Amino acid sequence: MVEQIAQQAMVVHGEAWTIKELFTLPNEYIYWSIQIVMYPFMTGLVAGAFVLSSLYHVFGIEKLKEIARFSLVFSFALLPVAMMPLTLHLQQPFRGINVLMTPHFTSAIAAFGIVFLTYASIVATEIWLVYRKYFVETAQALMAMPNRTMIDNFRMMVFQALTLGAWDISPEAVEKDHKACKIMAGIGIPVACFLHGYAGFIFGSVKANALWMTPLMPVIFICSAVVSGVALCILTYVIVQEIRKYMARSNMARWAKDSDAPGAEELEAIKHTEVMISSNYLLYFMIAAMTLEILDLIFRGYTQVKSWDILREVIMERDFTKIFILQYLIGNLVPFVMMILPGRTVRRTTVATVLVLFGVFMMRYNVVIGGQAFSLSFAGFMDYHLPIIPHDLETFKEGLFGALTVIVTPFVLFYFINKFIPAFLEEKSTH
Amino acid sequence: MMERREFLKKCILIVAGASVPISALTLIDPKKVLAANPDIQWAFLVDTNRCVGCGFCVKACKTENDIPLEANVSRTWVERYVYTKDDKRYVDSPKAALDGYTESRIDLGRGEFKEIDPKNVGKAFFVPKLCNHCSSPACTQVCPVGATYKTDDGVVLVDQTWCIGCGYCIMACPYAARFFHPVKHVVDKCTFCYHRLSKGLDSACVNACPFGARKMGNIHDPDDPITKIIMNERVGVLKDEFGTKPQAFYIGLAQEVR
Repeated sequence: MVEQIAQQAMVVHGEAWTIKELFTLPNEYIYWSIQIVMYPFMTGLVAGAFVLSSLYHVFGIEKLKEIARFSLVFSFALLPVAMMPLTLHLQQPFRGINVLMTPHFTSAIAAFGIVFLTYASIVATEIWLVYRKYFVETAQALMAMPNRTMIDNFRMMVFQALTLGAWDISPEAVEKDHKACKIMAGIGIPVACFLHGYAGFIFGSVKANALWMTPLMPVIFICSAVVSGVALCILTYVIVQEIRKYMARSNMARWAKDSDAPGAEELEAIKHTEVMISSNYLLYFMIAAMTLEILDLIFRGYTQVKSWDILREVIMERDFTKIFILQYLIGNLVPFVMMILPGRTVRRTTVATVLVLFGVFMMRYNVVIGGQAFSLSFAGFMDYHLPIIPHDLETFKEGLFGALTVIVTPFVLFYFINKFIPAFLEEKSTH
Repeated sequence: MMERREFLKKCILIVAGASVPISALTLIDPKKVLAANPDIQWAFLVDTNRCVGCGFCVKACKTENDIPLEANVSRTWVERYVYTKDDKRYVDSPKAALDGYTESRIDLGRGEFKEIDPKNVGKAFFVPKLCNHCSSPACTQVCPVGATYKTDDGVVLVDQTWCIGCGYCIMACPYAARFFHPVKHVVDKCTFCYHRLSKGLDSACVNACPFGARKMGNIHDPDDPITKIIMNERVGVLKDEFGTKPQAFYIGLAQEVR
């Protein structure tokens, strides 16, 4: 047995991308790599997108109506993707279901499945309540259609199923939907924050890790989550509106041929208001996130506990570019200045949101990878090298292409979800 | 005939009144009572003064427990500490000291080595390490599926048929005692050779150590020679600041050993 095992190529998990320097303990590697960077990044986007949509649904900020609806559908598309990086990084992905079968509740990860499913059902319910009228109308229209094609039949069946048998669309019933929706969104905000604060707790409660262990971690994670979620919604919203404008101009899409369809100028005007207001909220949350992150850093530097010597070397020297240049300067300061300077335009805001998203990603990267960049012996360092060209399943999953798969999936999902739950539904009735 | 309202009122009163004395009662779980005072509680004793860094323990452990010899992970390892007279400190543990310290140069990682002038060496010593089988282990706390647990006789084990391989326990362990098994792709760690202990044998590393630097004993038995040493001599534990209450005790522990 031993000889057999010894003959196999012996690359331990983590060895492919870890470079050890000075004294590191034999079993130390960067076990949590790019997928665990993606995990808080993606859950953050989900939570943030939902919070943006709730601003309209709960607090009744009318001007955010369109982007709110869009964020709700988009957060639904992001949902399954929050689970993806976790599953991809497991050494035994097929046993992932064990977490739901024998949850061990002293573990911070154990309840993740439950919190996540609760949150997913809240988002699904809210979407159903918002779109029920549309489902019923579409199903009825399709049913009334004289000669249906195969596709029409399929769509009819889907929409009939989506109504869940609730066909009453009298004004009273719709009003009830609105009320229920408001309640669901109200419950949804704390749950969304919990979902993400919880991701922060997973890191913040690891007492063995000097960089991670701080009670501020969940709060920092929530603030940066909202920042990234709002930024992504603005960015995607602008892109989708540009596409719609193009379609309206060239009469490409089916909806653009309707006589009461919004014209390109109208779309531009809506886009401008929505982007300006949402970016204000983006600014507020950015201030909160940056304050907390810098507070954490100052506190560590001021108290100088045992781990500070090694942390200082990681933060101030080895990861200086990643933390201060890429994360704080390019990811926080530059977009912040771009947005507060007078004469803010949609174009400038859009560029800023790209930088903000990059900044939040770098923050996740610096926390997850930076936390593993030094040895528990405090006498050595570990350097992470992202596998780019995969040579086996592991270097694919935990490499550049694995991360890209996770990034692309929500957009693909959004494309399909949008076919049945159109994110830009209200247009016709409001104009 | 009692009225419904009256009946409900009385019910509430009875439940409220009875709940106080009833809450004082506890169900006795025989297992828990036994576990509170078990006959056996395994502890490990390392005498760093006796270790010469031969690496027999590492080889014996890997062979006994099917950890590939060539894999750069190990359930136990030996660290070398060298202090120079000009107040510099060097530490290494090449290949977990599988082949022993046959070379005098220090492994600095990244394929670099440092030769130290023997005349410049102030002091040097070896420190064997392994899982500390903590009394309040951080690793078992964080396992999301309960695949790693502590036995009643004080050994921390992993159910490798249930481990999902998330690596949270690896992150939680302050001693880096855990790793992913390169063949089984689940978490692996020192078991105190539980399969041998339960047959009355010594663990493989204890058995292999030619100098008696590694010993194991039952800390609940006052007559156990190891217990006597732990009780009577000055012993230390690694990283007590994490509050995990490690059960591997060290004689001759230097403060720089982390």
